[in-house]
Amino acid sequence: MSDLTHLTIAQALSGLKNKDFTSVELTEAHINAMQDARDLNAFIVETPEKAMEQAKASDARRASGDAGLLEGIPMAIKDLFCTEGVQTTASSKILEGFIPQYESTVTTNMFRDGAVMLGKVGLDEFAMGSSNTTSYFGNIINPWKANDGKDLVPGGSSGGSAAAVAARIAMGATGTDTGGSIRQPAAFCGLAGIKPTYGRCSRWGIIAFASSLDQAGPIARTSEDCAIMLESMAGFDAKDSTSADKPVPKFTESLTGDMKGLRVGIPKEYRMDGTPDEIVKIWDQGIAWAKDAGAEIVDVSLPHTKYALPTYYIIAPAEASSNLSRYDGVRYGLRVDEGGNLNDMYAKTRAEGFGDEVKRRIMIGAYVLSAGYYDAYYIKAQKVRRLILNDFIKAYEQCDVLLTPTAPSSAFAIGENEDDPIKMYLNDVFTVPASLAGVPGMSIPAGLDAKGLPLGLQILGRPWDEATVLKVGHAIEQKAGFNAIPQSLLNKKAA
Amino acid sequence: MSIDKQTVLKVANLSRIEVTDKEAEDMVGKLDKIIGFVEQLSEVDTDDIEPLANVVDIDLRLRDDVVNDGNCQDKVLANAPDSIEGFYVVPKVVE
Repeated sequence: MSDLTHLTIAQALSGLKNKDFTSVELTEAHINAMQDARDLNAFIVETPEKAMEQAKASDARRASGDAGLLEGIPMAIKDLFCTEGVQTTASSKILEGFIPQYESTVTTNMFRDGAVMLGKVGLDEFAMGSSNTTSYFGNIINPWKANDGKDLVPGGSSGGSAAAVAARIAMGATGTDTGGSIRQPAAFCGLAGIKPTYGRCSRWGIIAFASSLDQAGPIARTSEDCAIMLESMAGFDAKDSTSADKPVPKFTESLTGDMKGLRVGIPKEYRMDGTPDEIVKIWDQGIAWAKDAGAEIVDVSLPHTKYALPTYYIIAPAEASSNLSRYDGVRYGLRVDEGGNLNDMYAKTRAEGFGDEVKRRIMIGAYVLSAGYYDAYYIKAQKVRRLILNDFIKAYEQCDVLLTPTAPSSAFAIGENEDDPIKMYLNDVFTVPASLAGVPGMSIPAGLDAKGLPLGLQILGRPWDEATVLKVGHAIEQKAGFNAIPQSLLNKKAA
Repeated sequence: MSIDKQTVLKVANLSRIEVTDKEAEDMVGKLDKIIGFVEQLSEVDTDDIEPLANVVDIDLRLRDDVVNDGNCQDKVLANAPDSIEGFYVVPKVVE
């Protein structure tokens, strides 16, 4: 463990600029941290040689006066982004050994800007989950521990990303968010993470789960670091038909620490029965911080909130069943051929290649899309989705951003919530509505609960207004002053 | 509508996922619970509401009809479980 791994991206960029250290030194420190923290199982593939090569090239570029936005910063890449020449699996057995022959647009953008890749981090299989207990490559462990010392989930699906950043292995990581997969793990690991507006980051080269919902975004330790990363990751891409041809703002310029003139909406439907007191308390504290930073607080209503999860669990599986039909044992990945015909090969390959949760979602999707049920389930869900979007449009007539909790609990123990899929799905109750509406949302670290575990606050904004979301996230973060680090790191430091 | 074993087997076949009788029985409970959960939507009044397929208000872009990709047969086949002479190989389709 070295102090270099405790810097934020912003601090590291200025240290590199001032020649306090080189990218090679910074990268070496992180490679050591990666190798010391293998017990977390955050990485599926480590790429230390590639990282050192990139770091050397980065130092050379910087010396020639040609430094990019992320120049020399060691990052972890979620194993849902195709990386040329480096195995990409979506944490699924069906893609074990798959070596992409091309680079995703988001990682291409980051490498253009000087990012250094430490390796590929794990996720829930095909990004379907909130716990990282569905990966073929084993559970990922949250570096945070409750007082009882039990192993906790890092959240999901971007759990490897969050675990790596929280454990000071990577300075930032890419994530993807379909129903909360950036925001919930960020909250569980005491980090900042933003899902931008749908269309802001190109989906090209990201393994598809639910195409009308999937968005890439950064997970890092501060809002400022998220702003730096998002600026690099975002941008128009002709290869993604839903990519927005809009200029990417200088997000860091909006981080003033001030919320004067901003109206912060508090959606009354998010005050749900059964929400733990500690979650309500941190939310109320967040409201007080926003006021303190100069914001005006307004009560708003999102009447269709309670229908967001049922809508999501029709639309996401429907799109998944279609997207995952490509895994057929013909073009890439696993093939199980026991001498039968082509159909037998498909069915056996998919039976062995997919895990239980993925199978469940493909089958739910096939069911809601099947003849006789298509209108009753799928079209119905698309109609309710419009009502949910309309709720947001209406709320934003009264306010500039919304402030809510990120998740209904802190990180839970591995194995909890496994018996009942609905219980697991409820983890995303606060994050799914914004995914359905396509609006940007971020989670910031706000405090610790009685067990010593991080709690997050969620900020949702208007479409294409990530700048205000980041501004508010940054301002509340300043008030919260969250500076706790995982106990396991303190122990290592002491050892 | 509740899910029974027959429905599970039918949907598994549509999904091209091999499922044994025993597995189908085990799946009934969880799938039924999920379908029961999403059926809440039937209480929402959606008369005169247009289905929303995509939140992005962008018209699909057109591009010139030119070849701008290709000549990469090796790359296309690089991850194939089985290929020969530039083709994918699959089990026999016609008996």
